[in-house]
Amino acid sequence: MSSESAKSGSPGRLNLPFELQVEPRLNIPAWLGPLVSVVAIVLALLLGAFVLALVGGDPIRAYAHIAGAAFGSLGVFSDTLVKATPLILTGLACSVAFRMKLWNIGAEGQFFMGALGASIVVLAGIVPENAPRVATITAMLVAGVIFGAAWGFVPGWLKARLRVNEIITTLMLNYIAIALVNYFIFGVWSEGGFQMTRTFQKAAWLPRLSDLAEQFPILRGLTTHFGLVFAAIAAVIVWYILYRSLWGYEIRLIGDNARAAEYAGINITRNTVLVMMFSGALAGLGGMSEIAGVVHRLQGSISPGYGFTGIIIAWLAKLNPLVVVPVSVLFGGLILAGREIQPAGVPRLIQGIILFMLIASEVSLRYRLRFVRRR
Amino acid sequence: MAETDNLVEMRGIVKRFPGVLANDQVDFELRRGEIHALLGENGAGKSTLMSVLAGLYKPEAGTIVVRGEPVSFNSPRDAIALGLGMIHQHFTLIDSHTVTENILLGLDDPRFLMRLSRYDKRMAEMGERFGLQITPQAKIWQLSVGEQQRVEILKMLYRGVQVLIMDEPTSVLAPQEIEELFKTLRSMVDQGKSIVFISHKLHEAMSIADRISVLRHGKVTAAGIKPEATSKAELANLMVGRKVLFEVEKKPRQPGDVVLELHGVSADNDKGRPALLNIELELRSGEILGLAGVAGNGQTELGEVITGLRRCTSGKILVNGKDVANRSARIPIEYGVAHIPEDRTHVGTAPNLSITDNVIMKGYRDPPLARGISLDRNAAREKAERLKDEYTILAPSVETPVRLLSGGNLQRVILARELSGKPTLLIAMQPTRGLDVGAIEGVQRLLLEQREAGAAILLVSEELEEIFMLSDRIAVIYEGEIVGDGVEPNAERVGLLMTGGERSRKSERAAR
Repeated sequence: MSSESAKSGSPGRLNLPFELQVEPRLNIPAWLGPLVSVVAIVLALLLGAFVLALVGGDPIRAYAHIAGAAFGSLGVFSDTLVKATPLILTGLACSVAFRMKLWNIGAEGQFFMGALGASIVVLAGIVPENAPRVATITAMLVAGVIFGAAWGFVPGWLKARLRVNEIITTLMLNYIAIALVNYFIFGVWSEGGFQMTRTFQKAAWLPRLSDLAEQFPILRGLTTHFGLVFAAIAAVIVWYILYRSLWGYEIRLIGDNARAAEYAGINITRNTVLVMMFSGALAGLGGMSEIAGVVHRLQGSISPGYGFTGIIIAWLAKLNPLVVVPVSVLFGGLILAGREIQPAGVPRLIQGIILFMLIASEVSLRYRLRFVRRR
Repeated sequence: MAETDNLVEMRGIVKRFPGVLANDQVDFELRRGEIHALLGENGAGKSTLMSVLAGLYKPEAGTIVVRGEPVSFNSPRDAIALGLGMIHQHFTLIDSHTVTENILLGLDDPRFLMRLSRYDKRMAEMGERFGLQITPQAKIWQLSVGEQQRVEILKMLYRGVQVLIMDEPTSVLAPQEIEELFKTLRSMVDQGKSIVFISHKLHEAMSIADRISVLRHGKVTAAGIKPEATSKAELANLMVGRKVLFEVEKKPRQPGDVVLELHGVSADNDKGRPALLNIELELRSGEILGLAGVAGNGQTELGEVITGLRRCTSGKILVNGKDVANRSARIPIEYGVAHIPEDRTHVGTAPNLSITDNVIMKGYRDPPLARGISLDRNAAREKAERLKDEYTILAPSVETPVRLLSGGNLQRVILARELSGKPTLLIAMQPTRGLDVGAIEGVQRLLLEQREAGAAILLVSEELEEIFMLSDRIAVIYEGEIVGDGVEPNAERVGLLMTGGERSRKSERAAR
């Protein structure tokens, strides 16, 4: 470059009277986070409306339909909650692991293992068929949690002892878990050659709102099941552990700076294994709750990718366990609406745009834009 | 002198960063053939001002005049084209490439065929001319820090730079290497170059500079004064804005019982090479042992071995008679070993966590912070509030993430945490490195307070003055070995040991 151009300013740039400057924010006020998220969602809906109008659709009608299909009546809202239940649990599973910067991509597999564990309790006759409901459910819950935790233990141990990358192992273990479940539903427990087990006895069904329809007629036909309560309790427990317990402090410290945690005398090896197990246990609980509350049998299609959606939910909730709940409900609604107007693929599109906008909005949280008058 | 003698003139430079006015209407003049020292505390705006001159930052206001013509830079390339080059604190060399390749990097010539041998010769000749000994074929990773710095200088000289801006060039060098650098700078000035020497060390500015300018809080407090016409005290005053005492008061104290013993301790570094060889060391309560050495001679590893962060391959480490070698980092903490780590941001603190979360890092397992499995947030907050006042940590609140704190405040967070536990043994690694004159004084005072209170202190520092001033006993480490213990506080003597000049006389215990 010659000294000539050095003196006359950059030739390629537009010489506007204003300049846009990007500056990192020093203080992030508490109200900014939610505000940015809301603005991002509104912008996403506007963008989605633009795309819909472009292809000749009526955006207002489409949105009204989606809202109606997800939140329009008690019945559909109840269905939305059914969809949200496994999402809350997988979202929590991912939040816990991600807090420690353990990239558990295996919530899907852990979810399947939880379902398998709960099924074994029922189908292998570990609890007798005539056992009371409380005992059956408790045994299924324990089994689901243990199986999920075991599926988290493997990559956790490999990571802690042998430094094997957990992203690879958890991802691969997903396929193994699904194949394992397939083995049981194709072979061992196949019902009349179909790829599913027999329907569980009633004692293995989680109570539903509709069970109370005799006393409260308004609850008739509502499918929301007791798994939602598990999920809500889990959210509170996870929140308490992360923000109020010694263990949570260790997890947050390791997650922010592992070397500092080591320097503080924290055992990272042990915590890696424990946190992966805890994460797996939450996803496993999700699998148990899904088959005991919704499907009532073990089959191949128990998850349309809840474990992977859990990753997205965890991030959108900024790894805050209490925020995981509303985010999951929103996603549950979109999944349900997706079923309603499937061929158009519109909810998928909107889901994608919302996701994109929320992630992009992160930037405006960390930085601010300033217009500066040029000299 | 006449105005035309000014090679570079900066007038009314304003540079703003979010939340700070780094340069506030700064004027600066550089004459042909002078070494101009730019003094100031950390954050005073020295590096910012020179980065503006080197084309790295665009100022919001102000003019730069080079050789009488106003200029404006869009990139460092523009500045280099006009003969202004800057060498940063952190080198920009490629480890796996040779010296010649690094110097040629980014240039248009050679264009396609490298034919390095021809360039190798050219580099060697240029090095000789300026008294910069180099091996052009050597890879960067094979070179010492001092040699790497020479490569950086050559890089600039090869680009025909007339004005060389050096940002804290001595911070990584041993005393002897500093001598050599100063000689090089002199020879460059003799050959018509001009040099801006950025530093916060008064004695260096006094000894090398022809003229000195001082910045404080982004403003000029002294412009182009001659070293003979001023004093260290006056310069310090200009830098800090108040009187600085160069001697902290140290009361005589008889060392007590042995707190730390190292017997035949060896350890490897991160690359698996031996970093410590058969270390024998003893430290008593109420005693400060100053360990001098050029960075990278095993000090870091020594600190880590004692605090349980690194395994030793052999030997015993006893704290109050109990072996802590190769146990978890938690054991030394429980025995009352405090550790001020060398790396404040990567080891000493968790950047995104609050001040509260950072000050409870060592004590969260015990009441009152721990209550069963729960962490008592109120107790933690109270502790943080108390320490924030006691150690004057400047921050909006105890919930502020520590990544937003300045270097001095971050160090205060660490000190608050480590010293509030009333340690029996304190491992202080470079506790004042990179801090302002004022902050240094505060840290040194805190160390002496701990000595008064009966702590045994291992002080690792590259500042000889600091070691001489604070230590009750001085040891020197070189290539993982203690090459002197009980050395007299004499800069020449210690400097010689630090550079391996007298390796055969391994220990001077007898001289104690």
